[in-house]
Formats: sequence, structure tokens, C-alpha cells
Amino acid sequence: MTEAKEQSKLLVKDHDVVVPGEVLAEGMEYLPSQGTYRKDDRIYANQTGLLIVEGKVLKTIPLAGVYLPKRHDVIIGKVIDILMTGWRLDTNSPYSAVLPLKDATFDYIKKGADLTSFFDLDEYVVCKIFQVTSQNLVDVSMKGPGLRKLKGGRILKVNAAKVPRIIGKRGSMVSMIKQATSCQLTVGQNGLVWLNGEPEQELLAVESIRKIEVEAHVPGLTDRMKQWLEKKTGKKIEMKPDEEFPEDRRPRHDGPRGPRRDGPRGPRRDGPRGPRRDGPRGPRRTGPRR
Amino acid sequence: MDQALKEHINQALQKGYRLDGRKLDEFRELKIETGVSSTAEGSARITCGATDIIVGVKIDVGKPYSDRPDSGTLMVNAELRPTSNPDFEIGPPSIDSIEASRVIDRGIRESKSIDEKSLCIEAGEKVWMVNVDVCPLNHDGNLIDLGGLAGMAALKSARFPKLVDGQPDYHEHTKEGLKLSCVPIPVTVVKIGDNLLVDPTFAEEKAADARLTVASLEGGELCSMQKGGNATLTSEELNKMIDLALKTAKTLRKKLG
Amino acid sequence: MAYKKRHDGRKPGETRKIIAKAGVIPNADGSGYFKIGDTEAYAAVYGPRELHPRSQQDPKQGKLRCAYNMMPFSGQGDRVRPGPSRRSKEISMVMEKALLPVVDLEAFPNAVVDVFVELPQTDAGSRCAAISAASIALADAGLRMRDVVAAVAVGVVDGMKVVDLDYEEEAWKEGDVADIPLAMVPSTGEISLVQMDGRVKKDEFVQAIEQAKPAFDAIADAQRAAIKQRYADAAAKVE
Repeated sequence: MTEAKEQSKLLVKDHDVVVPGEVLAEGMEYLPSQGTYRKDDRIYANQTGLLIVEGKVLKTIPLAGVYLPKRHDVIIGKVIDILMTGWRLDTNSPYSAVLPLKDATFDYIKKGADLTSFFDLDEYVVCKIFQVTSQNLVDVSMKGPGLRKLKGGRILKVNAAKVPRIIGKRGSMVSMIKQATSCQLTVGQNGLVWLNGEPEQELLAVESIRKIEVEAHVPGLTDRMKQWLEKKTGKKIEMKPDEEFPEDRRPRHDGPRGPRRDGPRGPRRDGPRGPRRDGPRGPRRTGPRR
Repeated sequence: MDQALKEHINQALQKGYRLDGRKLDEFRELKIETGVSSTAEGSARITCGATDIIVGVKIDVGKPYSDRPDSGTLMVNAELRPTSNPDFEIGPPSIDSIEASRVIDRGIRESKSIDEKSLCIEAGEKVWMVNVDVCPLNHDGNLIDLGGLAGMAALKSARFPKLVDGQPDYHEHTKEGLKLSCVPIPVTVVKIGDNLLVDPTFAEEKAADARLTVASLEGGELCSMQKGGNATLTSEELNKMIDLALKTAKTLRKKLG
Repeated sequence: MAYKKRHDGRKPGETRKIIAKAGVIPNADGSGYFKIGDTEAYAAVYGPRELHPRSQQDPKQGKLRCAYNMMPFSGQGDRVRPGPSRRSKEISMVMEKALLPVVDLEAFPNAVVDVFVELPQTDAGSRCAAISAASIALADAGLRMRDVVAAVAVGVVDGMKVVDLDYEEEAWKEGDVADIPLAMVPSTGEISLVQMDGRVKKDEFVQAIEQAKPAFDAIADAQRAAIKQRYADAAAKVE
């Protein structure tokens, strides 16, 4: 073991951009985690990402990738269908979500009521994911602080992997953009941003968000954005949390995206598939759900 | 199209702004480069905002139509490739592709810029067939104008392949190019609410109530037109749209050099 | 008359000049560009996204769907008619098989990853360039993949074992030509695409593949550098 330890070598630096198939370390001393895997005595990257070296653990923060629904995420959904007992929402991911009647509003909805009077087709809502199954069937709720229908404004599609940076620590980035532009701004974890303001101000907000997307991996983002916004507006911008983000949501991003995607999967990739962690599945759904 | 976005676009337009900050009659920054495909007889690449299109001209030899035995052929084909936009699907050409192809085609054809008789090699037997293929790599709106403009640039740069025993040798080109008697330029004006604007982005195209494409020549003569969209136009609007198209064509013409 | 010296002066194991880029199609979730000599490929990745029709969905894992498309003016001969052909459909299929071994789509049941490749000009080796470009695009899209896939054709031209045949070599008239498009997972040496057209002895075939190993590494380096460059460019702009 000591011999192996002496030979171990890190071939990249913390915060390097690493790409699939790149050798990150040699020897048995380093440990693979999110976005990396071991083969024989080498650790490789298996996703384009920003490398994080935590002691001997090598993991990456993804720099790209579509959104995958995850429990407790607050997202922006778009009504794409009206169901018998609720609404179907597009989640800007491969999987649509269902907003059931009982989770849509605190109001009483009479049987047979016209559901479009609550949420109509093409309308956007801020909602919270409360269930995701192994097959990525998604249920959302509108009951909770800040969850609401979005009126007016426009939706901006952003790189979902950069959402934590657009929000910033406890919403500090959102807060700075709001201060600079006086726009209303809501960021969904699913890579949709809603903004509403005066045309000129909105343009500045869009430009800010695009800038964050492009520069997210370059250190010093928050200070750089602060200076940039101050220069653009001539206003004094304060770095403070945003009221919509009582807790820091950032660390979730460094961790696994969902229980099924936890760490390296090891033999599952090559060997036969074991039983699914979610236990036996019921009869497969074929027709439209619910 | 989201009604909400349409309203939002409209509200901004009332204040004189487009969502990307442009003025209503402002084109996005435009760049044309020729000689981008070594296998084509002529080619051009146009980038305008986020729209990026490659146009190639292939000149091959074929049999003329029996009703016009001494005329060569010209054909424009534009495809909304799924590569260029998430809204486009694999499959046979959509009606939007076909319309874009036909509108660009008619702009060039009806201007009589290319004398089809000059493309005759042997009457009734062999003629040159000029194919213009418009291939968007990234589609963020205004395919007709940009495809048409790049199409003209590609046609200008095209050289005939050498004829060997009546067959084209694509590995050797002559110095001879197509004779273009004039340069038609298509300009599309879209109507959103009460506003008229040029060079629409993809979102603006989807929000448009109506559009008018006007192809025109150097002296301001019109050579083809197409109205699109569901809304009607008053004759006053039609007038304004043509004026705006002509004004814009003048600026675009300079870009062709 | 044996082929002694390559017509363009390259060494037998040498590829033509390679240019690789990432992030070339803004509308796509990931994109790549791969040029080798005069063969040029653009690849766009969309997804994972919802797969229609439903009957094609796989509840066990996401699907990979490739579409290879030569622009009509990109061939060495006559215009290529737009739309799918037997050839383009087969190439699309072998592309899927070439790329799938590295891509992990287990997290995306019922969804699809679409890979569209467009070729504005070709000078032989187009399916390999398509695979190399597609691989950049998949990595750029942030998909989980254990490695990139590097692809290049090898061959035996009138007795000479060569890497990366161009059109002139592929169409060599003075002797037999074997054209062998290959794709490899560089970190393990696994081969994920092999096709062959032409007459060749078995040991020549084996040697031709062996000779190409450094070329695969060079291609993989170019692919990985392309993705890194995209982020380096953004960082350079900040400073």
C-alpha cells in the first residue's frame, strides 16, 4: 500500500476544466466521486466539468447538461395540457410534470370547474417538485411561499448547470441584478428565468445573465459582476441575500443530482443490471398517465 | 406561440424597443464569406446575429425539360435542418422549408438575373443545371432574406466545372462564372401588432401577425413578393412595408460588394 | 506499380491537418466541429429530450439517435439529393453503435439524445469525421461519457498501409484499395466502428489498424482540447 501511495500523482489542478476520458490522477491514493471514475490505477473524468479536489476526493461540477427534475427544486413550468384532475407542465427537461388539483391552490375547486380559469395553456407558473419516481414521473405543487402564476414578462432559457451561479449565494447575484435593473426576476432551478421590467432595464438583466453563464467557471464571478453592474448603471450595488432565497441552495449542485445518480456507478455499467433501487415496479404504464 | 410573450414583445415595441434592443428597422450585424465549401462550384456563409447559414451552388449537367429544350435550369432548395433549431424535426421538408425555398427561388428566377438560355449546352440533350442549396447551421430567424443574400453571393462566386466528353469534371473548374444581369435581394418585413420590423429573430417570426417578403433590384424595381402570416394587411401597410424593404435592400446590397 | 509515396507527401501513419472546435451551434445543447483535410463536419446535440412517438421510448434508458447529412453540394461528384438515402441511413446507424459504448444514458429513461451531423464539404473519411465531431458535441452537452470516441479511416492503398485516406487514395486506380473506417475508445483501445471495403490480406489489415494507434490519440487530444478551449476562451475574455 505504501508503495502505491508514493506513486500516486495528481495530473490536474483544482478548478481545472476537465473533459471525458481525461486522466486526472494515477495511483490508488485518490478517490473518484461525482463526474469521475476509476479504471485500474487511474482516475478519469466522465463529464465535462470543473474539477474540485477535496483532500483525496476528485469530483466535478458539471458545466453543461439539461435539467433533470429533482425533489424540492423550485422550477418554472409551462402549462401544456389540461388534464381531468390537474395540469401538465413542461419542465424544460425531458420529463413533463403533473400539477394535481389538490396541490394547485388553497382555494376550493368545484367539481367540473373550468381548470383554465386557474391556469391556462401556455401560462408559466413557479412551482415546487414534491415527487420524482425512478422513471422520472414528476409531481409538482403550488402550495408554498413564492409559488405563483407568472403574469407578463418574458422567459429566458439558460444553461441549467449555471443556475446556482445565476442565483448566487443566498440569492446575492439575483439581488444585485434586481438592484441594478429594477426588474422582477425569478430563477427556476430548471434553467428558466422569468423577468419583467422596462425594456432597457430588461436588456441589461439579460446581458448580465448571459455574462454569468459564460464566465461562471472563471474565479471571482460575484465581485466581477458587482463592478460590472455598478459601471453599467452608475448605481451603488450591495451584495446581499435575496428575500426569495432564505437558505444557500448552492451546495446541492456540488452533490449528486438525485439518488439514482449518486457517485460512480462502478460495475453497473458493464455488468448485468441489478434490481432497481426503487424496488419492484408496478405494471408498466403505457397510455397517457392519469 | 405564447400569448404572453407576444404581449410582452408588443409592449416593448410600443416603447420603440425590440427584445434584443434593436430599433425596428435595424438589421443585426451581418457577415458574408465566400468560398466556404471546396466541393461546391460556388458557396457562401452568412452570419447575422445568431443565424448562421451555409449556401452552396452545384452546377451539374442534365437533360432539359421537353417544353424548353434550349433552357438550363435553376433551382433553390432551403431546408429547415433539425441541426439548426430544436423546433425542427427530421423528416420530409416542412411547408415552411418549401415556402422559404420557393420565395428565394422566385426572387432570383423572376428577376431574370440568370438567362436560362445561356445554360444550354446542346439543345434538347444537355443543359447546365444550377442548384442553390440553403443549409442553416443555426437558425435564429430570417432564413429567406439571409438565404437569398448568401445565395446571390454564392452564385456570384460560382465557376463552371470543366466539360470532359460532355460530362462535368468537378475536380477542374473553368474561369467562367455565371452571368448575372442583376442582383435581386429579398427583404422580409414582419408586422407585430401595429409595428413593422425587419430582420426578425426566430421569436419575432413566431410572434408575427403577418409578413411580406419583397425581392428588389438595383434600381428599386420589384421582382417578387410573398405575403405570409394569418393577419391581413391594409394597402397603406403594404405601401409602408415595401418602402421599408426597399430601404433595407439598399443597405444589404452594399454588403454583397 | 506499387504505391510508394503518398501523393500529398504525408507519412503512412500521418493524418491530414485536424481542426476541432466546440460550441459552434448556439441553439444546440452541445455542438462540435471536426475538420480533417478537406472533410468538414458540424455536429449538434439536442437533449436528452422527450422522445416522440411514444412507441419508440425505452423505459430502461435513454436512446441515442444520430442523423448524418451531407449538404447537397458536399460530394466529390454530382449533387447529393437532399433527404435520407440508404447510405446516409446506414451511416447514421453505425454512428450510433460507434458512440453508444461510451455514453451513459441510464439516468434518462424514455428520453432521447439527438445527434445531427452536417457536412459542408467532404474529401473521403466523412463518417469518421462525423463521429469525431459528434463525440465533441456529446461531451460539450455535458453528457456522462467515460471517454470521447476518436474515428479515422485506415487502409491499404496498392500495398501501402496508410492512415486517413483522402479521395484520391480512396479512388486509386492503379492498384487495390482497402478502406477501413474505424472508431476507437482511446483510453481502452476498444474499437466501436469497423467497416471495410476492398481486398486486403488479413495481416495487412491488422497492421494497418496497429499503425493508426497514434493517430487515434492525436484525434482524442484534439477533441478534448476543443472543449477546454471553449472555456479557456471565455476566461481569456474576462482578463
